[in-house]
Amino acid sequence: MKNRQTKQVSGEHLAYLRRRRHHGILVWTLRVGLLALLLGLWELVTATGWVDPFIMSSPSRIAQTIASLYNDGSLFYHIGVTLWETLAGFAIAVILGYGIALALWWSDLLRETLEPYIVVLNALPKIALGPLIIVWFGTGSRAILFMTVLVGIIVAIMHMLSAFIATDKNKQLLLRSMGASKLQMLTKLVIPSSLPSFISMLKVNVGMAWIGSIMGEYIVSKAGLGYLIVYGGQVFKLDLVMSATAILCLLAAGMYFLVVLLEKILVKNTE
Amino acid sequence: MKKEILRFSDVTLIYHTPREETVAAQHLTFSVSEGEFVAIIGPSGCGKTTLLSLAAGLLRPSAGQVERVGNCGYMLQRDELFPWRTIEKNIYLPLEIMKEDDASHRQRARDLAVKYGLGDFLASYPSQLSGGMRQRAALIRTLAPDPDLLLLDEPFSALDYQTRLNVTEDVSEIIRSEGKTAVLITHDISEAVSLADRILVLSKRPAHVAYAHELDFGEIKNPLKRREESGFSRWFEILWRELNV
Repeated sequence: MKNRQTKQVSGEHLAYLRRRRHHGILVWTLRVGLLALLLGLWELVTATGWVDPFIMSSPSRIAQTIASLYNDGSLFYHIGVTLWETLAGFAIAVILGYGIALALWWSDLLRETLEPYIVVLNALPKIALGPLIIVWFGTGSRAILFMTVLVGIIVAIMHMLSAFIATDKNKQLLLRSMGASKLQMLTKLVIPSSLPSFISMLKVNVGMAWIGSIMGEYIVSKAGLGYLIVYGGQVFKLDLVMSATAILCLLAAGMYFLVVLLEKILVKNTE
Repeated sequence: MKKEILRFSDVTLIYHTPREETVAAQHLTFSVSEGEFVAIIGPSGCGKTTLLSLAAGLLRPSAGQVERVGNCGYMLQRDELFPWRTIEKNIYLPLEIMKEDDASHRQRARDLAVKYGLGDFLASYPSQLSGGMRQRAALIRTLAPDPDLLLLDEPFSALDYQTRLNVTEDVSEIIRSEGKTAVLITHDISEAVSLADRILVLSKRPAHVAYAHELDFGEIKNPLKRREESGFSRWFEILWRELNV
């Protein structure tokens, strides 16, 4: 497939490659530079007293807050709580959602019956169920987990179902002409051809899982990053709010990156 | 008299939609014998593809009978190779579906691929092949389970003209040398004349066989050679007129 080493490369092509590489370096420099600029400005306006750091916090105060959280040992405790809720909720929503979507693909009658229910559940703002969730699941991690699953599962079902239904009609015809059973249709065609949609569903659901877990922690919680944000807001410790938010940014980005990595491994040949 | 592979006896097919019902075919009668290459042409929208679905057993006739000996392989307009499978795995697909995925069947399918020039591409993915090669791989996939009847649904129409002539050559040669029985659906008169032993002309809907011709090219089976024959344009004219009745 690739035999780059044996191929003769023209000077023009080398120049083209160099331009591309330089462009890549430029973009990354600008990205990092923009971040540094924003952080620098933030630090500057708060350090000079131009903006009250008590309201705005500042990069150095965020760093101090994170350091002190680390020193009293609560940093990784809060991260761990939220991360566990998010990952577990994400996994349950994805697995259950995928399974339900499969069942709905399998049975047209089931799909047609449940369609209006799914539409309503999708449109419903899940936070409206907050009080019910507290009553049913108490104020512990289970309530937050339930909220996370609830937010993610409908998206997973709808995303996968539309992918299953969109399976190429001609390829289905081809398989039927070979005498394929419904199970074979599923395993040989529907599941493999929906792999790119599965990855895009994972990407969407990374965001959904964080929404679910943080929203859950807003409603009920004794620990976690969402708890730190709410608590920080209530006692007016904006340093704590900003610190927890910054950590959240890093974690969410990291989780998204893992999905992209998975995509690189799984999705190779889909044209 | 050669063995009949496919027989349509007085077939009627009615399509139902909520708005109306459509009689797609009526009094459709014809048969295909072993080793024959039959082309079926007809005005567009006359239900040519329906006819193949009936032959493949994907649709049941509303009245009349469709009888078929043995199994059939279906080839579509586009190659429909699965992009996530290598050419080799694509060729094994019908074996997997028919639960004949054992060493001897695989060997047979692989030999076929090697014989017809796909040997170097077995480990490649479809996206790495040219359109012509992909259609050839699709044919080998169709032939892999050793079908008694090939159903070809305009298998060349998605290709550009140059590739199309080459692939037509290819497919013709492979089908002839494997001694396969084939039914080709096409709207392209010259394609039908260059490939078939016999041509059936369908009427407008509801479709029935309006005309049937035994072509008189004798031993000339090669599509490009046929195009050079004087009889070629004569047949073209006859069929063109019959299609436009």
